[in-house]
Amino acid sequence: MAQYLILIYENEADFVAGGEAAFGRVMQAHQAFGAKHAASLAGGNALQPVATATSIRSDGSGGFTVTDGPFAETKEALGGYYLVEAADLDEAIAIAKAVPAEFGGVEVRPIMTFN
Amino acid sequence: MTGTTGPDPGDSSRGGGGPSAAAVAEVAAAVADAHRREWAFVLAATVRLTRDLDLAEECVQDAYARALTVWASEGIPRRPGGWLTTVARNRAVDLLRRDATLRRNLPLLLEDEAGPGPEDELLAGPVRTIGPPTPGPRSTAGWRARPAKDLSELPVAAGAADDRLRLIFICCHPALAPEARVALTLRLLCGLSTAEVARAFLVAEPTMAARITRAKKKIAAARIPYRLPPAADLPDRVDAVLTVVHLMFTTGHTAPSGADLVRRDLVERALDLARMLRLLLPDDADVAGLLALILLTDARAAGRVGPDGRLLLLAEQDRAHWDRAAIDEGLGLVREALTRRGPHAGPGPGRFPGRFPLMAAIAAVHSGSPSWADTDWREILGLYDLLAGRWPSPVVALNRAVALGFAAGPAAGLAALDELAAEPQLAGYGYLPAARADFLRTLGRVAEARQAYEEALSLTENQVEREFLAARLAELAG
Repeated sequence: MAQYLILIYENEADFVAGGEAAFGRVMQAHQAFGAKHAASLAGGNALQPVATATSIRSDGSGGFTVTDGPFAETKEALGGYYLVEAADLDEAIAIAKAVPAEFGGVEVRPIMTFN
Repeated sequence: MTGTTGPDPGDSSRGGGGPSAAAVAEVAAAVADAHRREWAFVLAATVRLTRDLDLAEECVQDAYARALTVWASEGIPRRPGGWLTTVARNRAVDLLRRDATLRRNLPLLLEDEAGPGPEDELLAGPVRTIGPPTPGPRSTAGWRARPAKDLSELPVAAGAADDRLRLIFICCHPALAPEARVALTLRLLCGLSTAEVARAFLVAEPTMAARITRAKKKIAAARIPYRLPPAADLPDRVDAVLTVVHLMFTTGHTAPSGADLVRRDLVERALDLARMLRLLLPDDADVAGLLALILLTDARAAGRVGPDGRLLLLAEQDRAHWDRAAIDEGLGLVREALTRRGPHAGPGPGRFPGRFPLMAAIAAVHSGSPSWADTDWREILGLYDLLAGRWPSPVVALNRAVALGFAAGPAAGLAALDELAAEPQLAGYGYLPAARADFLRTLGRVAEARQAYEEALSLTENQVEREFLAARLAELAG
């Protein structure tokens, strides 16, 4: 078995525009996904909107530059993730297809293991 | 490895004496033939043992190199594929035993069978016998070991157990970039060197090497499995494989750039792969459709270029130069593909007939027509309507517009083409202005035709196509 991180990228503006109805629908979809795939889930969280992000870079001379905002401004922002256990990429992709992401999509990344 | 672990030279059909020049040439031809016919089989059987693509490739290359010398002295074996497989696998066993640490540290390909397979026992000793390149009892057993639910809807021959399917499914995995799928397929299924693959796609060798390395790294790091897809994924996965083979064929059929209209090497490889898929998935209508499409399109190859190297349009071609045997085979396959409800049949967009059988049916109308004047454009238009209905794409719409022009007159065709002018996917696609130019010319709108030919000329790097367009321009000037 291996671990994969499923990163959920969605358009926040579209989500906000959907109002309470969208919020309720998305919450319900995630609950259903969590119940169905409980055996494969090793973790997961939703993130606060990208407006709350703070980026920190070393300035190369011992100091840091702290800026408001995410690392990269994109239409679809990282909004949450699941950590899943899967035998291989095909299995991880099958789980990823079930992750609710009506305002965008998901990215699957294998977790690196160090022996 | 040593000579004692090699296959029994008693298998040879001839031998003895110092090899003459003719014998050397005969051996070279036999090795080249085995390379083309058996590479995928030999490599797939070796991957099964090594569970590492690079190591398997190295051992198979080594086996082909040995064949050149051993066959010259001991004769050409009756079953070259079996001989090569045995030698490659012995070499792998040897390397793996010599360096057990290496094996432990290799990120092994993930297979579909849990626990040690029969191949692992082979690590205890040299491989003694390997069957011919036909489905053997071992692979059949491996196939049956899979959960029944994955098999029940899979009407494939026993040959589906063949490791070659695993190999092609991993090369054409949707998680790999499309250009990497084509490159890996040419490397691993067709046995082309990186330099040859680079040449086929007109990119620098280091670029192609990096592309292949990146793909292999992803297979290992992301754990893309070396196995047959479950039944639920099969239609999509087979379609991904067919798309790779089709892209290989179209790239070869009209090379995007260069001096030759056709890249024969790519066309031949695509045809070989389509034939192999047909053998491995004999009940699949889409596979039959793609093989038919390739056969019917390529059957016209000899008629496409005149003796002076000039591009000949379908209308001008001497149909006596078409390959009748290929056309007959293709027509038979189209009939089969259109009547068979293959494993992809069912409700939804995958419903019969698939896009390759439909495209083949269009090619069949042309190939079956005794002359250009007899072409049944209504039939072709109807088939394009079906194709556009289920697989709408700007390129299909363009072809449909051309067919409409021949079925209902150039004005109708031109109007349909002009509707596509704003299509972003067709921006930079030379066939759109070329088709407009032809209709404009027929309609006597010379100035506009000239402009369209000039635009088409600016959009192709293929020398034969460029000369054709330049000649058309010259005619309109005169």
